[in-house]
Amino acid sequence: MTGRIVSVFGNMVIAEIDGRVVQNSVGYCCRSDGARLLSEVIRVRGRMADLQVFEETRGLRVGDLVEIEDAMLSVVLGPGLLGEVYDGLQNPLWELAAEAGFFLKPGTYIHALSTEKKWNFTPTAKPGATVDAGVALGWVPEGIFQHQIMVPFSRQGRFTVERVAPAGAYTIEHEIAVLKGEDGRTHPVTMQQSWPVKVPLNVSRQRLMPTEPLVTRVRIIDSMFPIVRGGTYCIPGPFGAGKTVLQQITSRHAEIDIVVVAACGERAGEVVETLREFPELTDPRTGKSLMERTIIICNTSAMPVAAREASVYTAATLAEYYRQMGLNVLLLADSTSRWAQAMREVSGRLEEIPGEEAFPAYLESRIASFYERAGAVELKDGRVASLTIGGTVSPAGGNFEEPVTQGTLKVVGAFHGLSRARSDARRYPSIDPLDSWSKYTGIIDPKKVAKVRSVLRRGSEVRQMMAVVGEEGTSTEDFLVALKADFFDNCYLQQNAFDEVDAATPADRQRFVFDKILAVLELELDVANKDDARKTMVAVTDLFRNWNYAATDSDDYRRILVDIEAFIASAGRSTAGGRHGEPVGEAVAAGALEGAAG
Amino acid sequence: MRKYFDQITRIAGNVVTVTATGVGYDELATITGPHRSSLAQVIRLEGDQVSLQVFAGTQGVSTEDRVHFLGRPMQVPFSDDLFGRVFDGSGRPRDGRPEVQAEAVDIGSPPVNPVKRLLPSKMVRTGVPMIDVFNSLVESQKLPIFSVAGEPYNDLLARVGLQADADVIILGGMGLRHDDYLRFRSTFEQGGVLGRSIMFIHTAADPVVECLLVPDLCLAVGEHFALQGKRVLVLLTDMTAFSDALKEIAIIMEQIPSNRGYPGDLYTQLARRYEKAVDFDGAGSMTVLACVVMPGDDVTHPVPDNTGYITEGQFYLRSGWIEPFGSLSRLKQQVNGKTRDDHRSIMDACIQLYALCRESREKRDMGFEMSEWDSRLLTYGGLFEEQIMNLEVNIPLEEALDRCWGILAECFEPAETGIRRAIIEKHWPKAL
Ligand SMILES: Nc1ncnc2c1ncn2[C@@H]1O[C@H](COP(=O)(O)OP(=O)(O)OP(=O)(O)O)[C@@H](O)[C@H]1O
Ligand SMILES: [Mg+2]
Repeated sequence: MTGRIVSVFGNMVIAEIDGRVVQNSVGYCCRSDGARLLSEVIRVRGRMADLQVFEETRGLRVGDLVEIEDAMLSVVLGPGLLGEVYDGLQNPLWELAAEAGFFLKPGTYIHALSTEKKWNFTPTAKPGATVDAGVALGWVPEGIFQHQIMVPFSRQGRFTVERVAPAGAYTIEHEIAVLKGEDGRTHPVTMQQSWPVKVPLNVSRQRLMPTEPLVTRVRIIDSMFPIVRGGTYCIPGPFGAGKTVLQQITSRHAEIDIVVVAACGERAGEVVETLREFPELTDPRTGKSLMERTIIICNTSAMPVAAREASVYTAATLAEYYRQMGLNVLLLADSTSRWAQAMREVSGRLEEIPGEEAFPAYLESRIASFYERAGAVELKDGRVASLTIGGTVSPAGGNFEEPVTQGTLKVVGAFHGLSRARSDARRYPSIDPLDSWSKYTGIIDPKKVAKVRSVLRRGSEVRQMMAVVGEEGTSTEDFLVALKADFFDNCYLQQNAFDEVDAATPADRQRFVFDKILAVLELELDVANKDDARKTMVAVTDLFRNWNYAATDSDDYRRILVDIEAFIASAGRSTAGGRHGEPVGEAVAAGALEGAAG
Repeated sequence: MRKYFDQITRIAGNVVTVTATGVGYDELATITGPHRSSLAQVIRLEGDQVSLQVFAGTQGVSTEDRVHFLGRPMQVPFSDDLFGRVFDGSGRPRDGRPEVQAEAVDIGSPPVNPVKRLLPSKMVRTGVPMIDVFNSLVESQKLPIFSVAGEPYNDLLARVGLQADADVIILGGMGLRHDDYLRFRSTFEQGGVLGRSIMFIHTAADPVVECLLVPDLCLAVGEHFALQGKRVLVLLTDMTAFSDALKEIAIIMEQIPSNRGYPGDLYTQLARRYEKAVDFDGAGSMTVLACVVMPGDDVTHPVPDNTGYITEGQFYLRSGWIEPFGSLSRLKQQVNGKTRDDHRSIMDACIQLYALCRESREKRDMGFEMSEWDSRLLTYGGLFEEQIMNLEVNIPLEEALDRCWGILAECFEPAETGIRRAIIEKHWPKAL
């Protein structure tokens, strides 16, 4: 179908079309110099189609040709996605750089997967078998995974396998099977297929209740505000509070098969960090480079806004594709606020009636349906697979009472709210331990979690009171509660992302340390006065801090454990004049800093 | 091809609508009347109605003026002849000298492919200890100075410009007072850097649309120098004036505001400019330092707020110095591990002790008795402010580190600083 441009405003083009137009279909605006700019139909009124252009519209003219295809905006699925860096429309950025140099030239598009690379195919389907969409016909090795080659998801009905290619090396365009439909027509199958990004991809027997903890190795998450495989969570926080660092840590250490990073409308530099560092880092669980389990979709803030809106869907679709292979996938989107703002810009150009803060009225339902793409599923062959989605939110002025945060909180299973006070005090990760919540059960017995939470709450109450009446007006007993809350915060909730050991705590170690911490919190410390109380808690804080830095089962680790156990057994008496006296000065100085900067 | 159109159908705000065909989006035009001529840019095409944003404003534009489309977007001449020159927001000479005859380059180039960026790794030495020691500026960083009106932010910007050893310095002034412009000029002249600097200056008296073009002009020129392998430093002041110009235009264009009158795309507009900061893989770099005046000292105001979400940290300028708390260079850890082995230790220790000093001051101000420890902290705070925080101080990093050691040794015992033993043994200035 073709048409002609009648109007251009920002990244919106209105075209007059002769013939059929499909909502959300893909179009190309053809600039007079020959460049074809990818676009999407987002509204149809009579013969007029409104298109959002995924590129700068500079140079388009009234009367320029518009070509509209039947297909909706889609991505290519097949082996070779892992380790790739794509823009929001699945253009491979390394290949683009090789072709176009330093800049992303509008109208330059490259096929997402190499059509030359050969993959070692092993057939698993037998001729004569009956199959339907999503059933594996064979597999190829992709890094550490068996990448399943499946009956295209868009194929409806049942098919008989006519032929399957013998084991061998083929390109993604090579025919690896032929299927025959019930109507007798035959369909060749290759290793690649396409899927429209805005349609959730889920071919399974049923959706399951997500319950299996997803261990991120970030203590405050796993122990206090857990997430689960197939669940959803969000990280709202003011600028500089640590959203991106938290997601970077998670993408490195999470116990999951595949991570899809969607850098949506944020800094290019942060993507560069990931794409330069990941190939150098080894995944301790597989011994392979982290990049082999990662896909990066980036539409950074300087890249066109309409493509930013599409990029989170692109990321979700690639993640769902690997879930279809029986894998556990984690999608990290930074930041969903930028995606929402992209919707707001489009809505403004369409002159829709705005809602709060000029966001469109459908904002909440869009957020909800995005997070709905997460889930644990039972595949047709009985295997369980999952897609977990975690999104950051960047609320204006750091105030959570705004449409995107509120819309997100309604639909997610866990809320990791970052606090400015904690990040200013360098208490990282700056997840607020009092305001955050999770509806999931993690690796620690909920009864134990409730106990420490009550210490935290009481500690914060005492601190508030103390701000009014001073230390003198506080009882030693209350004072001790505040100190215990600080101790838990310092030794467990805070985690040094830049220390090799402390950066990631496996589940076993978390359970073990948590029990020791709880034992300390429950100690009836026999202290004479506040000074005494402070000294005792500083000493035990120092023990646990150093323990956190000691590699599991190292000599240091064991030695400190002995001291900790002695401390607990003697109800705090064993540290008096202990050998860990010296670094206390540092602990005091750091504690004081938190007071002043907070 | 020359195209003239003279059917102007609407004049409103800074926007003129003319009946015309064959015009490209974003294209540049001149509007010429009997007494004046101005550049204008296409901002909307609707059938044969072409809306243009007029750089010099629409005052005096008549329905009989002629519109001449240039068939190209906004451009700026690019060559070494730009050095030492001053231009306005339309790119015309402001220094009374002739136009620069050189090849023109488009402004608002496409974004850089992220895979062609390098991880930032080179420190920019500024001679300001509060920056070099505590929040190092890194080549290719984008960093704003958040400040309230009345603070010496332009002086700070000019000093960094003088001292940062960049190949090219580009100053973009937006809504600048004329005497501030003259100050910059004479500072650069006296500092001997005028020969490698270029200025694009919009003053408060100039048309508002020209304000919008200043960052784009600076960044386009800077980008081309960076592509030649040069290390470019772009100084922008003040980005709040730029944002207010955006707001003004958006309201005239009847866009629905999202927050305190600012358009919903403020983040995108700012990010597209700041994100031009880059370290090219295979060419030079561009670093961007910008002033952001916080209306009412409110960091949640949309301009500083959106800026904070885009930049790689921020400096707070308060009471005449760079506030040690809240100021943050997010890229500092990329460089401060490779300077001197005591850099990070000094950075942590001095700030922690200064925080303790502020606590002691609070106690003192509330009338509490000062212990001997308190009074040593107070002495320390005084020395630290005078010898390190003071913006007049202008010394290299190494000297600043040595000076910090001196102050620490004057006030404290080694163990009281909380610095690791090995570092103390190597650097403590007095006999241990
Ligand atoms: N876990 C951490 N450990 C140490 N430092 C941290 C941690 N998290 C954040 N930081 C510090 O805070 C800075 C800002 O963090 P980050 O980039 O994650 O913020 P953000 O919330 O994503 O901000 P924005 O909304 O502006 O993108 C980092 O550059 C780093 O200096
Ligand atoms: Mg971030």
